[in-house]
Amino acid sequence: MSKLLTRRYIDQIKAMFGKEPAKPTEISPAAQKIHFYKKNNRDEIGELKHRRAHEKPSHKWRNRRWATLIFANLLFVFSYWLDIQVLEGALTASRFVGFHMADLNSALQVMLAHKHIITNLLIGTATVLLLWALLGGRTFCSWVCPYHLVAEWAEKIHLYLAKKKLVTDQPIDRRLRTVFWIVFAVLAVVTGYTVFEAISPTGILSRALIYGAGLSLLWVVALLVFEIFFSRRAWCRYACPIGLTYGVVGILSPVRIKYKLEGCFHEGDCRKVCLVPHVLETVIKGRAVEPEVALGPDCTRCGLCVDTCPTGSLSFEVKGLSKLL
Amino acid sequence: MSEKENAPAAAPAKGEVPVSRERARQGRRKVLRTILLTGGVLGAGLSGYLPLVYARTSRLRPPGALDEKDFLSSCIKCGQCVQVCPVNAIKLADLIDGFGVGVPYIDARAQACDFSCDAVQCILACPTGSLTYHKPDFLPVREGAELSQKPTLIAKMNDPEPTLNMTERMGVARLTRPESCLAMKGEGFKGQARGPDFKGTMRYIKVDRWKPIPVADHPYDLPLCDLCMRECPIAGAISLEKFTGPDGQTRARPIVHENCVGCGVCEMICPTEPASITIIPREVWKS
Repeated sequence: MSKLLTRRYIDQIKAMFGKEPAKPTEISPAAQKIHFYKKNNRDEIGELKHRRAHEKPSHKWRNRRWATLIFANLLFVFSYWLDIQVLEGALTASRFVGFHMADLNSALQVMLAHKHIITNLLIGTATVLLLWALLGGRTFCSWVCPYHLVAEWAEKIHLYLAKKKLVTDQPIDRRLRTVFWIVFAVLAVVTGYTVFEAISPTGILSRALIYGAGLSLLWVVALLVFEIFFSRRAWCRYACPIGLTYGVVGILSPVRIKYKLEGCFHEGDCRKVCLVPHVLETVIKGRAVEPEVALGPDCTRCGLCVDTCPTGSLSFEVKGLSKLL
Repeated sequence: MSEKENAPAAAPAKGEVPVSRERARQGRRKVLRTILLTGGVLGAGLSGYLPLVYARTSRLRPPGALDEKDFLSSCIKCGQCVQVCPVNAIKLADLIDGFGVGVPYIDARAQACDFSCDAVQCILACPTGSLTYHKPDFLPVREGAELSQKPTLIAKMNDPEPTLNMTERMGVARLTRPESCLAMKGEGFKGQARGPDFKGTMRYIKVDRWKPIPVADHPYDLPLCDLCMRECPIAGAISLEKFTGPDGQTRARPIVHENCVGCGVCEMICPTEPASITIIPREVWKS
């Protein structure tokens, strides 16, 4: 990785904790050449092709992702209902064909509150840590977390209402998520209760699916109402400590979205569909520091930007593997 | 209608406010919204304290549960204990239980733990040690909570290993309403212990050792009610002490012994409404 890319990636790690990404101060000659060339050339055939692609938006990655998310959650449900025992437990902790798995944030909360770690919990945590370090950290959010799916549907309602000018998105300070992460960690240590687990919509929804609905779903509904009428995707963007935990785990992950500067028209459609637009800061005209840039660790690898990009400038990449293939 | 919609347009255009001032106002609003979300989420999180402050009904926890505070802190709320229970005795608590959201409990009156699994499978299933065979050294054992010996399961009496791997009791059974107890009144019992609509299940060793059946499918005909003693799964936990009533009739008093683990079968099977014998959760044995 070039020095410029490393610098940018560190900037993106800071962005994950809530800092607004800075404009690059230095751009590589290769990237500068492309930026310059774009300014002075209009490719009419390219634009025609591009317009045509806009008319047929793809849902390839979204469909794959929804299928995976629903499959994973149904595997929990049917393991219990039909007693097939493949994935027993809930998202907070489970056994996959007998092998322990523990959600990283839940496990952390338990360790901090109880201050004692038993072997099974350690095995489960280590397994899941390795799994998501390989698969991309916040990949958990968009490919597994059930709240992410219902929040995506709520987002559609929000965007519809926003189009009708009935609601407007009210952004909130992104540093809040880091504050919540620290506050809930401290609360767990000080009170001795897993305070966050009581309000985690991920855990609540996962248990509701498997063991039946309860009153705690009201909290999930309240969050969705807030997101529909007040602030777009507020929980996932500004509050959820689980997202930050997995984001940190994914910092060095080989699975990521890669941006290619050359074909990009800088229209920003990708930023409009993105849950975490600050990771796509690099697609803004004149900001890419190299011809190819990997998105930051806060990216949930949901693929919405890949689907929406009419020029194929954004794509999934597995570091190392792509070179082998 | 259209007039109303046009009304805001008549107001001075927003462009008249200098951009920097507008931006500053937006910034202030963003801070306010951030404070709002902070308050909302923290408020919701800490509202879990309310049920604890009000000291709501104490729940009966599954076998091998740590003491309440440690139990609540160590449970990861995954429900694996729920999944292994053959009689579905274990339920997960809802919002009203505060920090106990998603934490397992047993409503013994609705469905008691009758050790149909022949062991304590829920303890085996627990990934965090909230349910445990042996407490780690740094956790104290309350006096009287410890069982003086491993409880013997009547259903396993003829097995090479008839005991349950339990070191502490879940609670203790008490004859909390002696005045309504049928045995104390010298009365018998005929029919389904909890009526035809009762959903609870239990293992009857004489019917099928491996398959629990609905209690409603197993009617009784007893000259003197002894259901609590008859169905108690633990050897030597309940006995009936016969005595003669003022009218010269034979009556009996259920006596709970130190072997009681607090599983709740007596509370489930008791035919009076409400149950005459109940489990006091986390109660210790006092000799």
